[in-house]
Order: sequence, then C-alpha cells, then structure tokens
Amino acid sequence: MAKPLAIRESSGDRIFMSLVYVFLTLVLLVVLLPLLYILSSSFSSPQAVVSGKVWLWPVNFTFDGYKAVFNNPQIGVGFMNSIFYTVVGTIINVALTVMLAYPLSRRTFYGRNVIMILLVITMMFEGGLIPYYLVVKNLELLDTRWAMILPGALAVFQVIIARTFFQTTIPNELAEAADLDGCNDLRFIFSIVLPLSKPILAVMMLMYAVGHWNAYFDALIFLRSADLFPLQIVLRNVLILNTVDASMIANADQMIAQQGLKDLLKYSLIVVASGPVLIIYPFVQKYFVQGVMIGSLKG
Amino acid sequence: MSKLTNQLTLPQTKGSRRNAPLRKMARHWQLYLVILLPLAYLIIFKYIPMAGIVIAFKDYNVVKGIFGSEWVGFKYFNQFFESPSFWVYMKNTLGISLYGLLIGFPAPIILALALNEIRNGLFKKSVQLVSYAPYFISTVVMVSILIVNLTPNVGIISKLFHMLGVENTNFMGMPSLFKSIYVWSDVWQHTGYGAIIYIAALAGVNPELYEAAKVDGASRIQKILNVDIPSLIPVSVILLILNTGNLMKLGFEKIYLMQNPLNLATSEVISTYVYKVGLLGSSFSFSAAIGVFNSVINLILLILVNYIARRLSSNSLW
Repeated sequence: MAKPLAIRESSGDRIFMSLVYVFLTLVLLVVLLPLLYILSSSFSSPQAVVSGKVWLWPVNFTFDGYKAVFNNPQIGVGFMNSIFYTVVGTIINVALTVMLAYPLSRRTFYGRNVIMILLVITMMFEGGLIPYYLVVKNLELLDTRWAMILPGALAVFQVIIARTFFQTTIPNELAEAADLDGCNDLRFIFSIVLPLSKPILAVMMLMYAVGHWNAYFDALIFLRSADLFPLQIVLRNVLILNTVDASMIANADQMIAQQGLKDLLKYSLIVVASGPVLIIYPFVQKYFVQGVMIGSLKG
Repeated sequence: MSKLTNQLTLPQTKGSRRNAPLRKMARHWQLYLVILLPLAYLIIFKYIPMAGIVIAFKDYNVVKGIFGSEWVGFKYFNQFFESPSFWVYMKNTLGISLYGLLIGFPAPIILALALNEIRNGLFKKSVQLVSYAPYFISTVVMVSILIVNLTPNVGIISKLFHMLGVENTNFMGMPSLFKSIYVWSDVWQHTGYGAIIYIAALAGVNPELYEAAKVDGASRIQKILNVDIPSLIPVSVILLILNTGNLMKLGFEKIYLMQNPLNLATSEVISTYVYKVGLLGSSFSFSAAIGVFNSVINLILLILVNYIARRLSSNSLW
C-alpha cells in the first residue's frame, strides 16, 4: 500500500505476519475439510464410507450414490418444484421491490415518509408465526404453489437497499428534466431507471433467488402434498429424518447393501443439492459483495 | 437542506399552496398506481398479522373466527409464565443467543483484520472465495453436513476429535454439546460473509493514517490497535445493535433441524416451542401469546441497546 516509505520490517512484525498467514491457512482448511470429506465420500463405496476409511480422497471410486440420487423420483420432483418457486418467486420479488422502492426514492413523491415509517415498523415488530399462518390459511393459500410465492413476495430490507441505490444514482434533476419534457413516470422507469440500475437488479435477483432455493420454512408450515414439496423439504426428509422408502433405492436386493447405499445417498445428495449454488457462486461473487456494500451504505 | 433546494427548483404553479399535496399527487398519479400492489402486500402479509396478535388475548376458536372468539386477557401469557418449562426455554434461547453473539460477533472482525494485513494476491483471493462460500449453503444442507461430519467413527470431524483423544460419542445427541455445535457451525457458515462489510470499512481508511503510523515507527500490532480497530467501531456498533435486537428471534430453522429426542433438554427454544404448540398442537392463542411476548422483548432489547450505544459512542440506528 504505502510503498514509497521503505522502512524494513522489524522481527516482531515478521513473526506477527507469519502468525497471520498461519491463521488464514487454518481458516482455509477448517472451511474446506468438511466439504472435501463429503465430496470424496460421495464418490466412495458404501462400505468404505460406513467403516470410516474415507478421509479426503475417494476410496473404491463409484458413482453408486449419484445413481441412487438420480433414480429417485421424489428428488426429481423436488428439484423441478424448487426451480419453479425460484424463477417465479424471484421475478415477482424483483418487480414488487422496484415498484415500492422507486416511488420512495423520489423527493416529489408525497407521502413517502409515512410509507417509509410503515416499512421500518415491519422490520422492528412482527405479528409472529401464528397470525402469519392464519392469514395464509384464511386466504385459502394453504397447500398451493402460491403459498410458496405470495407470503414472501417482498423483503423490506431489499426495498431499503434499492431505494438507497435509486436515490444515489438517479439524480432528481434527471427526473425533473424528463418530467418537463413530457416523459411520464412509467416511461421514465422503463427507459431510464431500469437500464441505469442493472447492478442493483442483478444483486437483488441473486439474493432473492438464493433465498428461494434455500428456503424450507414456508414449505414446512404451508405445504402438505408431496408433489408440491421443494427440494429442501425432500432433503430434510432424506437427510435429517432418515425416511428413505425402499422404492428410492434402485436395484438393491440385499438389506445390508441397501443400508449402506442409504448412507451413501446422503453424501451424494448434499453435493447435488448445494452444487448448483456453489458452482455459480464464484462467478457472481462480486455482485454479492457489491450487495453487501450497497446495503451497508444505509447503515 | 436538500428538501429546501428541491422546493425552490420545482416548477411551482401559480403561487397558491392550498392544494399543493393534492396537485403533487395528481402530477405523479402513475407512481401511486405503481406503489399500490406492494402496499397491498405490506398490509396483507405484514400488518394484518400484526393486528392478528389479538388472538393472544382471546380464546381463539376456528369456528367462531378471530372476532367471534371471547376475550381472555392475559390468561395465556400467565399460563406460559407459570409453566415450569418457561424458564428452561428462556434459558436455552438466551443461552444460545448470547453464546452466539460472544463468538459470532468478533469472529468476522478478526478475519477482516487478518485479511487486511496481507497483500492482494492469489492466497488472499482464495481465502476470501472459500470463506464466503458456506453462506450459500441452505440450512437443511448445513445441518446435514453437521450430522454427517459428526457421525462417530465415520465423519471426518469426529475422527479428528478421536485422534485428539476425545471419546467417540453421538455428538448430536449430547445435550451439553448442543450450544457449542450450534454456535461454532454458525461461525463456520457466516464468518466469511460477515467479514465483507468490515473489509470494506478497512479499505476506506485514510491511507495517510497508515503513513503517519509508519513514520512514527508503529509495529503492525500497534497499527491494528490504533488505526484499524477504531475505524471499525461505527460499523460494528450498528451491527451489534442489530444483532442484539434479534437475540430472542433465534433462528427457528437450524435449531428445529438440529433437534432430536436426545438433546431436547437444551435445544428447545421459544421459536421451536411456538411452532410445536401452535401449528402441530393447534393451540393458536397460547402460542400466539408466546410469540407476542417474544416480539415485545426483542423490541425492548433493540430500543435499550440503541439507547446505550447512542449514549456511549454516538453511533446508533436512530
């Protein structure tokens, strides 16, 4: 950083720096080890996994675990449902967030302070689980696809981030000039605001999409039919509750082999379930970082 | 200030200010149209549930509906306070929260300070990339990773502990370990992502301060203590306030998934209890009362911490 001042590092500083490197290497290892262990187990034979022979490299390499995952109809249905909830949910999220955040960013929008206060109140106080559930129940959304999309159609926090972004990037003078030239508000949104807001729209989309992909709480309380379950609920049933029905395991005639495969299936399933997000993530990392920054501007 | 200049530059029509608000609204009718839908969402899914907390003071009956049910005042609150499990759940909730705050709050600061010391390069980039990654793992997968890694004799963490001389036991079933497993796995998952904001704050430190420290012969540790840490105080105070405001809101999702019959003594917290009694047991009013109690405590905590922070450091939310 400060190159011009070439003062030699003292020995104390050198010891300190090596400690920093050791610490960061440890962090790297601690984060990676559990993940590498799961990855290598998922490619190992069931016997090797159950007997504890697997460390960080597959033992008796096989694809059996993955075959079991892809032959399982429940997981396939869950995967498709999750894609549906993520795509539709994110589109609705982004649309509603912009529709609320943009007017609030305009100084000429009469009543914006009242609405802002209404927004902040929802962040500090909430009705709680039971009234929330009853609202969804009374709207007759229980056990429908809408229950996965409408109750979480908007995140107040994202609205505040988007509003801050609009306020700082779209000068009021621009809106006024457009207004004088006879450009109405809707046209201004579509031809000026949205094109100028691509970074924040990207961040918002990613945040919402990851949220939908990983969510299971709403599904847990609102859904009953197995054909509506998102992937996370299927994962919970298989991975945590251990309810793997016999039909899930293809071509396994022996009890012991079946038990082993059941255990192996968990490892492969963890990889399949988090794989998509973790593979895409390095490419979009900078957007997430940007999102945190824009969010922190407010703070 | 900015509002004032805005008023001046606005093309004011014919001086009269009588119907100014109305005229402003008419001018931007499209914006009001646009905002209707999200406002409807807020009312339906945020404000109606808030009004719905009246059922905590009523004997809610599905047939009679919310308005038809009888008022019972604080009956359900008292029932909760007087039950022996109240203190157990309170203790578990606050215990896990405070433990989490104690470890989880400084962790990202330490990581950010360490990352700030080393120069940009492949090593720094990889540490950042890898440490942010767990944030994107879903709660369900996170808990599965825990279970799998802690399986006695099989999982890598249990094997490592075994090598260190720790007896192999069913870690997930030990009530005494529940808090630690919860808190440290949270640190594993969220420290990297949490550090981003501090790294940004450190990047914004005035370089002249570092120059001055160097000229004065400060060691690296002195530089961290006297330049880096003071510059992180505003951000960390804000985050501390926000975290404290969530002390009672302890994440339902992860705890619920980590629970098993063996560890319930220490793993049952208020949010999981509300879910079990209310939705699985259908005692809507009782469980809503607990929910209200929880929200109120949270709000009080938030206001209190914000007040203290404003007094002590002049950094606060409002």
